[in-house]
Amino acid sequence: MEPILELRDVSLSYHTLAGETPVLSHISFSLLPGEFLAIVGPSGCGKSTLLNLIAGLLAPEAGSILMEGKPVHTGDPRVGYMLQKDHLLEWRSVYRNVLLGLEVRRMKTPENLARVEEMLKAYGLDKFRDARPSQLSGGMRQRAALIRTLALRPALLLLDEPFSALDYQTRLTVIDDIGKILRNAHKPAILVTHDISEAISMADRVLVLSSRPAVVKKIIPIELEIEDRTPLSSRNAPNFKTYFHQIWKELNPNA
Amino acid sequence: MPEPSLQQKQYLLDKKREKRSITLARILLFLLFFACWEAAADTGLIDSFIYSSPRRILQSFVEMCRSQSLLRHIAITLMETLTSFFLVVLTGLGAAVILWVFPKAARVLEPFLVVLNSLPKSALAPLLIVWLGANMRTIIVTGMSVAVFGTVISLYTGFLETDPEKRKLIITLGGSAADQLTKIVLPSSVPLILGVMKVNIGLCLVGVIIGEFMGAREGLGYLILYGSQTFKLTWVLMSIVILCVIAMGLYGILGFLEKRFFTTEKPM
Repeated sequence: MEPILELRDVSLSYHTLAGETPVLSHISFSLLPGEFLAIVGPSGCGKSTLLNLIAGLLAPEAGSILMEGKPVHTGDPRVGYMLQKDHLLEWRSVYRNVLLGLEVRRMKTPENLARVEEMLKAYGLDKFRDARPSQLSGGMRQRAALIRTLALRPALLLLDEPFSALDYQTRLTVIDDIGKILRNAHKPAILVTHDISEAISMADRVLVLSSRPAVVKKIIPIELEIEDRTPLSSRNAPNFKTYFHQIWKELNPNA
Repeated sequence: MPEPSLQQKQYLLDKKREKRSITLARILLFLLFFACWEAAADTGLIDSFIYSSPRRILQSFVEMCRSQSLLRHIAITLMETLTSFFLVVLTGLGAAVILWVFPKAARVLEPFLVVLNSLPKSALAPLLIVWLGANMRTIIVTGMSVAVFGTVISLYTGFLETDPEKRKLIITLGGSAADQLTKIVLPSSVPLILGVMKVNIGLCLVGVIIGEFMGAREGLGYLILYGSQTFKLTWVLMSIVILCVIAMGLYGILGFLEKRFFTTEKPM
């Protein structure tokens, strides 16, 4: 199968008046269609920077990032990006928040609007379309943010710790929720997280980054011994712990 | 809705009483001030020729209202203040948007704006009179000069404080700088804009009075100057009282608009 995304020898440094800090060093990996990749690494290692590169918000100083064989650019319509917070705009109703992307891209076609309607119904937000974001629960807010992203029909979804702001209880349900939605949509996705369990429970493969300057330490395929895998049920798989320890050791080699 | 508990009712009652007693105290303080003033003038404790008295002020107010001249002065000052206020809002917003769109230009201009803002604007008034002539346009420009630089600085710094992550959201959704401005920066700055407007209305009034001092034939500023030169201090004090009422009224209107905005924007 042809990979949908391919990173080859990607390197990047931060430049400040105080000097140069190498952040990413010769990062290479690829993503297959429909695949869910989780990226874990110590905090401040450049995980979010890597996502910004893939989204085309930053350009690599060396190496190449090809999506379907073509380089990515700023505001690339092929990429959907979910940021750390949902950033729903309080001065818009839920419905108008969900339409923000279509509005900005001038893509409010009847067909796209109908798809948004379907998603609102499917994700239980139909009754809250006229509500303000502050009236929604944390989980509903995430679903609204997801609809806003999916409405543009991206070929690839980037998730930058989108669950980190939620409390633990909500987080488990939201991850389960969103994980199922993504799996059903068969969307390839890259999740950045510092939570090992979250990575294992959602991903087909886990990529472990080293501390700065980050290199790819290991890519671990996750094959859980469980039927009907969902993010919640994954945690009950007998080999879940094995993966946890393996990744833990990669992240803390001296522990 | 369930019937509120006894304690809740008591709490609401206490709050209501507290609010009422504060309003009452305010009114009493107001009346006390004028009563003392009147009494002191009547008993000769203060010279009513210099300090006037509430009764004299009221008398001259009624007289001048009858002759229509006072209403005209008030209308002129009000009109000048409102015109300079709207022009300040328009130019201030426009300039802040332009600076936001061209951040490099903003960095170049920043020290100049700061100097212009800290300059006592009354110092400019004599120049403006010479340059623009002793007319209403000059007075409106003087009114603007007091508020406009501060407005540009406050709005521009406010625009810069917009959550960068929200702007990133627009970029990731494929939006342009114009989208960032109209979808994020301006809507999130509405409370700031309203706050700045509330300060501006008072500043414009100050500027207009300065302008009227310098070169006007009508308006409350002119009335104050004329009154002081001809020793009709009752006129001066009356004008000041009227200015207080105007300032309060204008501020109140904007406060009302602000409150209405926040109640309609906030969820039920």
